[in-house]
Amino acid sequence: MKKAMSLILALSMAVASLTGCGSAASGTAETESAAAGTTFKIGGIGPVTGGAAVYGLAVKNGAQIAIDEINAAGGVNGAQLEFNFQDDEHDAEKSVNAYNTLKDWNMQALMGTVTSTPCIAVAEETNKDQVFQLTPSGSSVPCVQYDNAFRICFSDPNQGLKSAQYIGENGLATKVAIIFDSSDVYSSGIKDKFVEEAPNQGIEVVAQEAFTADSKTDFTVQLQKAKDAGAELVFLPIYYSEAALILAQANTTGFTPQFFGCDGLDGILTVENFDTALAENVMLLTPFAADAQDDLTKKFVETYNKNFGETPNQFAADAYDAIYAIKAALEEAKATPDMSAQDLCPVLETAMTKINMDGLTGEGMTWTADGEVNKAPKAVKIVKGAYTAMD
Amino acid sequence: MDKLKKMNKTTKSNFITYAMVIVAYIIMQVLVSAGVVSSLMTGLLVPLCIYVMMAVSLNLTVGILGELSLGHAGFMCVGAFSSAVFSVATVDTITSVPLRFFIAIVIGAVAAAVFGVILGIPVLRLRGDYLAIVTLAFGEIVKNFINVVYLGMDGKGFHFSMKDTGSLNLGEGGKVIINGAQGITGTPKNATFTIGIVIILITLFIVLNLIHSRAGRAIMAIRDNRIAAESVGINITKYKLMAFTISASIAGVGGVLYAHNLSTLTALPKNFGYNMSIMILVFVVLGGIGNIRGSIISAVILTLLPELLRGLNDYRMLIYAIVLIVMMLFNWSPRAREFREKYSIKRFLNRKSIEKEEA
Amino acid sequence: MSFISYLINGISLGSIYALIALGYTMVYGIAKMLNFAHGDIIMIGGYTIFVVMNTLGMPPILGVLVAVVVCTILGVTIEKIAYKPLRQASPLAVLITAIGVSYLLQNVALLIFGANTKLFTSVVSIPAISLADGQINLSGETTVTIVVSVVIMVGLMLFIRKSKTGQAMLAVSEDKGAAELMGINVNATIAVTFAIGSALAAIAGALLCSAYPTLTPYTGAMPGIKAFVAAVFGGIGSIPGAFIGGILLGVIENLSKAYISSQMADAIVFAVLIVVLLVKPTGILGKKISEKV
Repeated sequence: MKKAMSLILALSMAVASLTGCGSAASGTAETESAAAGTTFKIGGIGPVTGGAAVYGLAVKNGAQIAIDEINAAGGVNGAQLEFNFQDDEHDAEKSVNAYNTLKDWNMQALMGTVTSTPCIAVAEETNKDQVFQLTPSGSSVPCVQYDNAFRICFSDPNQGLKSAQYIGENGLATKVAIIFDSSDVYSSGIKDKFVEEAPNQGIEVVAQEAFTADSKTDFTVQLQKAKDAGAELVFLPIYYSEAALILAQANTTGFTPQFFGCDGLDGILTVENFDTALAENVMLLTPFAADAQDDLTKKFVETYNKNFGETPNQFAADAYDAIYAIKAALEEAKATPDMSAQDLCPVLETAMTKINMDGLTGEGMTWTADGEVNKAPKAVKIVKGAYTAMD
Repeated sequence: MDKLKKMNKTTKSNFITYAMVIVAYIIMQVLVSAGVVSSLMTGLLVPLCIYVMMAVSLNLTVGILGELSLGHAGFMCVGAFSSAVFSVATVDTITSVPLRFFIAIVIGAVAAAVFGVILGIPVLRLRGDYLAIVTLAFGEIVKNFINVVYLGMDGKGFHFSMKDTGSLNLGEGGKVIINGAQGITGTPKNATFTIGIVIILITLFIVLNLIHSRAGRAIMAIRDNRIAAESVGINITKYKLMAFTISASIAGVGGVLYAHNLSTLTALPKNFGYNMSIMILVFVVLGGIGNIRGSIISAVILTLLPELLRGLNDYRMLIYAIVLIVMMLFNWSPRAREFREKYSIKRFLNRKSIEKEEA
Repeated sequence: MSFISYLINGISLGSIYALIALGYTMVYGIAKMLNFAHGDIIMIGGYTIFVVMNTLGMPPILGVLVAVVVCTILGVTIEKIAYKPLRQASPLAVLITAIGVSYLLQNVALLIFGANTKLFTSVVSIPAISLADGQINLSGETTVTIVVSVVIMVGLMLFIRKSKTGQAMLAVSEDKGAAELMGINVNATIAVTFAIGSALAAIAGALLCSAYPTLTPYTGAMPGIKAFVAAVFGGIGSIPGAFIGGILLGVIENLSKAYISSQMADAIVFAVLIVVLLVKPTGILGKKISEKV
């Protein structure tokens, strides 16, 4: 009996929450019927809880700024945008659930997902349902394997290739060590391509040291091995929170090579309380720099800071661009809000390959039919706590 | 009705369990074909089957065998990856989907069972929390290992490496199946609700029959008093291993369904780490340790709960945590028990019937 | 030379595991429960120090003191609300509740502090020691961590051997029922254990975040699990066992990263654990369980 009671309790809670959702849903349904077919419904998916929450929250916030700006300026083709962001906890299965939730909400185009593994699973669904998908930061290759999927960021192999080429062509170093996250798709994707390309650029990879999501506190061993192998440059295809730790530990162990990273490293200067002296002379290839002096970036950073009390990172910038890209594609396609997701998908696919857009993460961005973006990666060097452009 | 009464208690209880699953299936099928079910719910049907199986499987270890396992996600991971490798490798050669999926299920079940035996033989002599920690360690090892494996296939057969795709030396037309941390992509999406329900029924058939068989009674005797069981000549190792292996292979089949429900398969802490093992344990404990039907119900409720809480946005997981604590307290704390006994429905009904009789 | 520096870094990492494991093992020994929320109390300790030092601008020592107070209160409160009502329930029920508490703390921290990584200012101001012409570098944090965990371990052992409360704790861990009959207040003893465990967690938080200076709502989770492994490794319930287990775990982790494979380090650590438990089923310093017939 006690079990039955507890189940009743659980059920009643579930039902209560269901009705809670129900009333919320009916609330939106009312506004929807009032404005039936007058808004574009854009969905977003990414982790806002769990270990990867930092990326999902950045995307959510960055996209929200773009949505607000567009709506304040009169919307797209005269229609306002509605935005609904769902949590996926950085899990493929949860991500598909989030996608289905958005489908029930009658989403017309998807901005997501934030992380690669869930993105691949969701791309499978959007392709099946023919829903237009634009991922801000899903960088692994199969994320955009279908015609309906595009991305704002570079693909992982592309970053690995560009990094190796940049180091080789500029003669930065010949002995390179890599510290990467072997449990992460992004990190190992870049690393694989870098290692493959290195010999062509006259680079010798002297050490490939890994860490995993389960042991990312102590990097002294990886650094020591890089040091013993005589590395002149340490390549860090990882995210900035781990990189901040690596730089701090390299400093205490007295190891001072050149550090080189990819777009994941962007944000390192904005880590609260980070001693920027540690990042002096670190180089990174990134399409976005929060302290760039162009008006667009300045305005974005200011708004972000005002609304969310933080300096935006590259994920936020990608999301901001993604929303504007969707806007541009909607305008190019002369889409109207009463079109269904399935009607929108083919026209947006064509429109994406035609638009040319200036965004936070690049000027004159264009897309190819296979979903990849054309934009120039910028190499920057950190000098006195600020990005300085390199050529 | 008469027939139902004549059945003995266990048969009746088993009958209710099967009936519950079948009725749930029929209702869902009718609703889906009527088109009134949301996409979210439709998408959740297969995951629900997976978690029900995982809960039943773990309940066999925890409830019937009486050993705590924190590595069940490890068996799931073995089943998922072994079957996904098979499906991806043969997607062009075996064109009959039912046949290929059937073989995949068998492969997943066997692979997980093999690991169950390998782990079980040395480990089952440990007890309590020590067994728990060894199974946890096993799950983490599996997850860590999968992340560094590269497996490719070409005309000459399989190529294996632990460094990178380049060192696989794939020949012309070869394809990479497991790409290190990037896992397996492009697993065919073969798992359906119907297959899931059929497998659940088979699982229930195996587990319930095991519990009420001679072997099952031996297993429960070991759980209740190992020394007494040994003294009457029960072969402890054999029966423990039997229960553990069956449990592992069911978890492996759960993994097969998982792999064939998503097009991408990676071993992340979230899906195959100890977090998942613990989540399944939560299903079992909340449903009642040793109570198979309870496991099914609590797996369904707890899988749905976070999805239903989506309306709460940022507070979703916070509320989930609070609900979890409250449910545990409500279930187990003495004061809550008193309260429940005072106001229980059964008693209320009983009192009514007594009053009726008196009248 | 590099071997020695791997070893020292391993000991440093290990002594942090040891410090966390002490809290785990004490609570286990006395309350017979696995307190999965222990790692998250460490995280709360870290954030407390961060707020005191960076937002309020107070000196580090005050930060640590405030963190100890906050964590102690938190630990005792959690015990009172979530674990005490379950004293008679199955140990598994308590385990699940502890997991619920762990989720709760993580999500509260996520809502208050956000998901962004915060960089922790070290509470240690001792300069690094350089040995053998700079070949070996011993950071101030390493020295302090090792010293502090040894001092705490010795202190704890003395406390348990000599003080009345400590004796009561021993009695409760041996036999709760008998202890109660002898006039020991079991509930109060368990509360004291949680208080000490949580205070240790605050100190562990300070040292963990000083040595590895990033702070997120999930900072405590993995070191927590590793420390749990360390506690079992050394024989759960045994204080010197937790210390040895922690150090060994850190050393094995770092040496396997250095000499075998940095990708497989986690797997190797866990494999060693399995082997140790197969040889000594109750851990390195675990008590033999006598079977009653």
